[in-house]
Amino acid sequence: MSQIEYFAPGDLGEALDILSRGGVRPVAGGTDFYPGLSAGGPRESLLDLTRIDGLRGIARQDGGWRIGAATRWSDVVRADLPPAFDGLRAAAREVGSVQIQNAGTVAGNLVNGSPAADGVPPLLALGAEVEIASAEGRRVVPLERFIMGVRQVDLAPGEMVVALHLPEPPEGARGAFSKLGSRAYLVISIVMVGVVIARDGAGRIDHARVAVGACSPVARRLPALEAALVGTVGDVAVTAAHLEPLSPIDDVRGSGAYRLEAVAELIGRVVRQANGESCDG
Amino acid sequence: MDKRVDAETMFRLNGRDVRLAPRVGERLSEALRERLGARDVKVGCNAGDCGACTVLVDGAPVCACLMPAQQAAGAEVETLAGLVAREPLAADLARRFEGQGAAQCGICTPGMMVSAVALLREAPRPSEGEVMDALGGVLCRCTGYRKIIDAVMGRAPGAVVDADGHMGAAIEKLDGRVKVTGAERFGDDVATADALVIKVIRSPHAHARFVLGDLDGFATREGVEAVLTASDVPGVNLFGTIPGFVDQPVFAEGVARFRGEAVAAVVGTAEVMAQFDPARFPVEWEVLPDVQGMAEAMADGAPQLHVARAGNVMCGGFVAHGDVGAALERAHVVAEGEFETGFVEHAYIEPEAGFAQVVEGRVEVHACTQAPVMDLDTLEQVLGMERARIRVVPTATGGGFGSKLDVSVQPFLAIAALKTGRPVRITYERTESMQSTTKRHPSRMNVRIGADAEGRISGLRFDGIFNTGAYASWGPTVANRVPVHASGPYAVADYRAEAKGIHTHCPPSGAFRGFGVPQAAVAQESLFDELADRLGIDRLEFRIRNALANGVPTVCGQVFAQGVGIRACLEALRPAWQAERAKAAQVNAGDGPVRRGVGVAAGWYGCGNTSLPNPSTIKAGVRADGRIVLHQGAADIGQGANTVIAQIFATALGVPVSRLDLVGGDTDVTPDAGKTSASRQTFVSGNAARLAGEALRAQILQRVNAGEDAVIVPGEGGVEVREGARAERIELATLETDAEGYVMRVAESYDPPTKPLDANGQGEPYAQFGYAAHLCVLEVDTKLGTVKPVKFVAAHDVGHAVNPLLIEGQVEGGIAQGMGMALMEEYLPGRTENLHDYLIPTVGDMPPVETLIIEEPDAHGPYGAKGLGEHVLIPTAPSVLNAIRDATGVQMRRLPVTPGRLKAAMGEAGHA
Ligand SMILES: Cc1cc2nc3c(=O)[nH]c(=O)nc-3n(C[C@H](O)[C@H](O)[C@H](O)COP(=O)(O)OP(=O)(O)OC[C@H]3O[C@@H](n4cnc5c(N)ncnc54)[C@H](O)[C@@H]3O)c2cc1C
Repeated sequence: MSQIEYFAPGDLGEALDILSRGGVRPVAGGTDFYPGLSAGGPRESLLDLTRIDGLRGIARQDGGWRIGAATRWSDVVRADLPPAFDGLRAAAREVGSVQIQNAGTVAGNLVNGSPAADGVPPLLALGAEVEIASAEGRRVVPLERFIMGVRQVDLAPGEMVVALHLPEPPEGARGAFSKLGSRAYLVISIVMVGVVIARDGAGRIDHARVAVGACSPVARRLPALEAALVGTVGDVAVTAAHLEPLSPIDDVRGSGAYRLEAVAELIGRVVRQANGESCDG
Repeated sequence: MDKRVDAETMFRLNGRDVRLAPRVGERLSEALRERLGARDVKVGCNAGDCGACTVLVDGAPVCACLMPAQQAAGAEVETLAGLVAREPLAADLARRFEGQGAAQCGICTPGMMVSAVALLREAPRPSEGEVMDALGGVLCRCTGYRKIIDAVMGRAPGAVVDADGHMGAAIEKLDGRVKVTGAERFGDDVATADALVIKVIRSPHAHARFVLGDLDGFATREGVEAVLTASDVPGVNLFGTIPGFVDQPVFAEGVARFRGEAVAAVVGTAEVMAQFDPARFPVEWEVLPDVQGMAEAMADGAPQLHVARAGNVMCGGFVAHGDVGAALERAHVVAEGEFETGFVEHAYIEPEAGFAQVVEGRVEVHACTQAPVMDLDTLEQVLGMERARIRVVPTATGGGFGSKLDVSVQPFLAIAALKTGRPVRITYERTESMQSTTKRHPSRMNVRIGADAEGRISGLRFDGIFNTGAYASWGPTVANRVPVHASGPYAVADYRAEAKGIHTHCPPSGAFRGFGVPQAAVAQESLFDELADRLGIDRLEFRIRNALANGVPTVCGQVFAQGVGIRACLEALRPAWQAERAKAAQVNAGDGPVRRGVGVAAGWYGCGNTSLPNPSTIKAGVRADGRIVLHQGAADIGQGANTVIAQIFATALGVPVSRLDLVGGDTDVTPDAGKTSASRQTFVSGNAARLAGEALRAQILQRVNAGEDAVIVPGEGGVEVREGARAERIELATLETDAEGYVMRVAESYDPPTKPLDANGQGEPYAQFGYAAHLCVLEVDTKLGTVKPVKFVAAHDVGHAVNPLLIEGQVEGGIAQGMGMALMEEYLPGRTENLHDYLIPTVGDMPPVETLIIEEPDAHGPYGAKGLGEHVLIPTAPSVLNAIRDATGVQMRRLPVTPGRLKAAMGEAGHA
């Protein structure tokens, strides 16, 4: 068996060099890596991303926000962010448990490519773009395109995610997120909804982003519903046409039919929550 | 240049610098436990799902099983043992955990306490919500979480300080200290450093023929010490629990009958086994048709699991009393239905684990267990070895709930130790534990119950089939117990109940708290609500009207002259029932989507084996130095036998419980106190302890000719006996010491009086029953189908409460399990084989529980005490279902009631 190694570089250039040689698996929080590890341990070298300078943290940056790839969910919970990020923050609080939030990273959540990744709907609603780097250079792709399918992401060998970039949300925008699961903590979502909504002076919605997870191979925005919300105070009845992008499956957590029913209800509640109304119905 | 981390990793562990050279991919948990000796870090799942391995890294709680060991480089790592030793806040928390009885088995305690320390450092006075958020990542299967919450919040302790600690005193657990300091040693904590590691090779198919390949070549290639297969079993390659039903091979021979069945095992050094991939094991599979469901298994032409069991029927149980047909015929109303429940996994946080070694030609097996002497019985057969050459030493057991009654790791350990001559160890992976060990039986039950116009039961007919999986395990017990109990604790004169165990290619179903009775209670108690409603009688009053009473025959024709406490339990719920119903009506007056419901249900359970001998023996002795030693062989799996049995013994002997030294169930020195099952330990072993205490007391008093009422005062090197003004001291050094070092010694046995059941199940199956009634308040979000329990009130007739604090602990833990069974738990072979997909309640799911202790003394119980361990979850699931029906009008007949299922049922019933 060829010798595998544990790399923990301190700067990104080094990390990208190591990655370019192949046979190396990045590890950040390890919270998806270890549960998926097969018996006998890793067959590849490991590249620890947690010591790379500048990879962890959230900062305001020319006309928007940057979330470093190694930013942990608990960093998101604690960060000082405008109300448009309330949905992302709520999602962060619902990722597994405190233990998982203290290790698991935002980029890891995306790269893992699970249809039930809680980070994806709020990040879609915030218009996130993914910055990817390799020894050859950098590129940026919208999150919609980065996640291509179940466990499939747009990363070539030698590439890694270095950050997410989010445009400055509209003035006064508020985010909200809700997750439906069968128990209080440590639960994979049956469905979840993330929204970002802004209103004009008259209280009418002039910016609406609604994204739904666990109802399709990749979390989806609902453009028809977003369009329908604009110009209203939020009192839009969710129709089958609005949910057209979704294709929920039956699994142990719930049937596809139930998911559709639940998601319609949840959307209404999350929109009201982003309106500052009470969310329990 | 790449700056790979030095092969050496350095960090601080509990304040001291440590260096180590972990493998690539080695988890911090493994490094801490195996390289640095921090065995206070517990591993329950290796996947972040249970949180038992929580440690602080630079102050932040993380799962050590998900962190590469190298990632800790330069960090400050803290574990429970270090925190309690070094930080006053943690030491204080440890005392609070003890004072609340917040640690039962103790396997989750390190994870709980470490998480709580992180919270308390930031928020010294946390709210309940903050505590839940902080502990949401740590699963506990014993306590129902409420006492843990109380401990973290610093609420007034439940334990009392009591100098004697006799019957009735809510003292702290006697073995609690080690559980809150990280010193407790469970199955995975006792191996020596040089122990070889065993990994079992298991069938990936539910039914398959297999041929093993070149094992010698494999062993050489992999560098392993030994490969074990059926041909290495020195004795009989079978184990089981019930005579006549010993049918499960240690290693399958040629055919595997369930996914996860063992076909071989590999034994190698820890280094070699860390890189071992079972996929490389040489075995060829030929997949055969399998049956997973009972209907399929009973169909014509279905593959047969065992030749002698035609139609895949393992066996059945039957009870008939009166004339059920006529009674149903004349009934004013009849309710009927088909109810279904699924596999439920025990989900103790400690996976099966142990260690074995050969010492002077004898094999010693140290493992977690509920039944050390049954383990010995099995090993005697499997090893074909003289009993005297086998020693079973139970380790602390991190939860059992019935599944650790069966052997799991023990035969592998013993065979491997004997074959290699070296110390060996094994710990099941979580998935392996879930795939291969027993489950609660799935059931399909058809039940009809009639009542007359006055609301008295007029006929109850029960027909149930139970999926017993590939092997019998405790299936026959379930088949026998269910018909005896399916009436519930009610006067039912006309009755017919039949239960059958059906074999399928599923994991074996075995013992799980209640042996089928919780399933039966779901059907019967649901239909009781329907009957009450149709008759226009209050649901609680309906039950009170039909409650069994002293002098009224049970469905087995057994008449108890005393001790029937169900009516008292039901009546104790009356105030809460009325108040909660009124409150629910108020909540429901609004038109929001959330509806509140209140449900009530009852249960009973016979303590001890059903009409079979069931003795316990308790031994005790006095050493020359004055120490009083109690050989407490009743396996304490967290429920508290170490404390309760000692309290009973101390009461009988008349000395403070603090004067006792406890010795556990080591089969070399401690007699058989039977298995920890059937809610029998407090009753049966408790009686043996009482008799032993009385016998020792008599010996002591006799030596100085003192009367019954004399006071025994143990001391250094002597025992003083005081009677009135007279005080005599027995100088122990002057007495002869026996081979075990005792100057006085007693051993007493107790076997509960029962009588066999005839062909109609008539007889005296148990010497005592315990009784229970639960009330559940919950809220249903009718738009989403989600259910949120708000509160439970639980009334339990325990005869005479030995330790009220431990009773509350049992009740709260049982309710958590019953609630899980009702709302979220379903084991699906191949699909929910880990704690990520198989959901048990978390701290945030568990509402407050109010426990009402009812004491209707039992003539056979020690000082009147009755068993409790299983009663605590029997009424829970039906009380939840009845509350759901109260809230929504929908009677759910299939468990678990997931949001999707409830929503679908409400849709069918015409709810929006
Ligand atoms: C008990 C438990 C509960 C969980 N609960 C939830 C939940 O409720 N909701 C939810 O959404 N998720 C949940 N998860 C999943 C997981 O915690 C999250 O997806 C987390 O964000 C993953 O981040 P990580 O840093 O731990 O990823 P890692 O495990 O370190 O990595 C995951 C994958 O991404 C790759 N990777 C990581 N970072 C990069 C990068 N920068 N560039 C390229 N590749 C990268 C790795 O190679 C690996 O393949 C849970 C996990 C566990 C164990």
